[in-house]
Amino acid sequence: MDNNRQPITDELAENITRTEELAYELRISEAMTKNVFCLSPDMEMEDVLNIFQEKRISGAPVIQDGQVIGLLSIEDLIKALRNGELSDKVDNYMSTNLTTVQENDPVVEALRIFSMTNFGRLPVLDKEGALKGIITKGDISNGLLKALQHDYHTEELIRYRASHLFEDIVSHRTSLILRYDIRKGDFVHGGNASSNIKRALLRLGASPQIARRCGIAVYEAEMNLIIHTSHGGSIRVEIEPHKIRMEAYDDGPGIEDIELAMKPGWSTATHETREMGFGAGMGLVNIKRCVDEMRLISSKDRGTNLYMTMYLPDSEKS
Amino acid sequence: MNLATIINELNLKILTEPKDFNVIEVTSGYCSDLLSCVMTGAEPEGVWVTLMAHSNIVAVAALLDLAAIIITENAQPEKETIEKANEKGVTLLSSANPNFLISGKLWEMGLRATENE
Repeated sequence: MDNNRQPITDELAENITRTEELAYELRISEAMTKNVFCLSPDMEMEDVLNIFQEKRISGAPVIQDGQVIGLLSIEDLIKALRNGELSDKVDNYMSTNLTTVQENDPVVEALRIFSMTNFGRLPVLDKEGALKGIITKGDISNGLLKALQHDYHTEELIRYRASHLFEDIVSHRTSLILRYDIRKGDFVHGGNASSNIKRALLRLGASPQIARRCGIAVYEAEMNLIIHTSHGGSIRVEIEPHKIRMEAYDDGPGIEDIELAMKPGWSTATHETREMGFGAGMGLVNIKRCVDEMRLISSKDRGTNLYMTMYLPDSEKS
Repeated sequence: MNLATIINELNLKILTEPKDFNVIEVTSGYCSDLLSCVMTGAEPEGVWVTLMAHSNIVAVAALLDLAAIIITENAQPEKETIEKANEKGVTLLSSANPNFLISGKLWEMGLRATENE
């Protein structure tokens, strides 16, 4: 990058347009033309004339033994025409002073080169130096336009699907209920329910902070069902525009001393479970810390019910 | 600092699909093998140093939006764990060195964490 570029301030960063952002995100490999017609150095300029006309291209790389050794453009062809030397070989007219770009570089790299030189096209190589494609200024424009369009459509789809859910469906009180069955000892799937819930909340427009806190709380509840129950249990999440209610139920063995269970560091986890890093005794404490309200009801014969509530401020969620 | 710097300085092996690590910012570190403690203490965009290599570490990293997990002492995650990590976009890195050494080096590189009172 240039040394006389000023550092990006927060204010400046806010104003960087999506297009500029994309110039840094879009890879050359995504914008370039992949099926490149290549010339060989011993071809005649007459052939080049036919090829350029037929294929409607204005330049092509010259390949020998699988390596790019030069670039021939329409300007070079014009030179040959002026000299009346169409039977001359490509290697007499091609330019060997090659500037190339890497396929995994962002298009902004190619843009830099285009702005500093008068090159019309750049060969694109992979890490081993093999030709993967050609990129022109037009390719970059098309690539950016396509990406912007895709952005727009994806935005529209997500926004419609999710946030309009509570607006378009009319009732006196609408809620979305997610239910998950959790199996005892099912460590393999541990965390799946909570990650699905977190994702659902993000899709519905909850802030990343709220989604994260709910994810953590449900994760602890989920792992408790996996680690500490007799027969597993279930999780129920009820999502409304201003409230998220998360509940975990099981039918045993029940918590003998709830106060003790809420003490940081206290755990009834087995030796095997502790070897996996569980049983720190922080689960219920974490839940209490993350959610706005928590209620734990448990008895030896009826199992445990855990109720957690998160309130959403008016500015969150449409 | 960005994740690429950490990977290079600490000579970490990348176990999951490569990403553009240059653009992943790491803002803190956390070291513990007890998962619930990580849930409490690890900050988003942080790097988690642990000996644990089983599949549940993936869920933790995903839920907390961590930058990456550095699995120490050459602990080998199973193929399913690596697949799960790739699915969820979690980066798993490996080192032969233990928790203490890795944490120390990260601190030397300037990585910090929020101090408790």
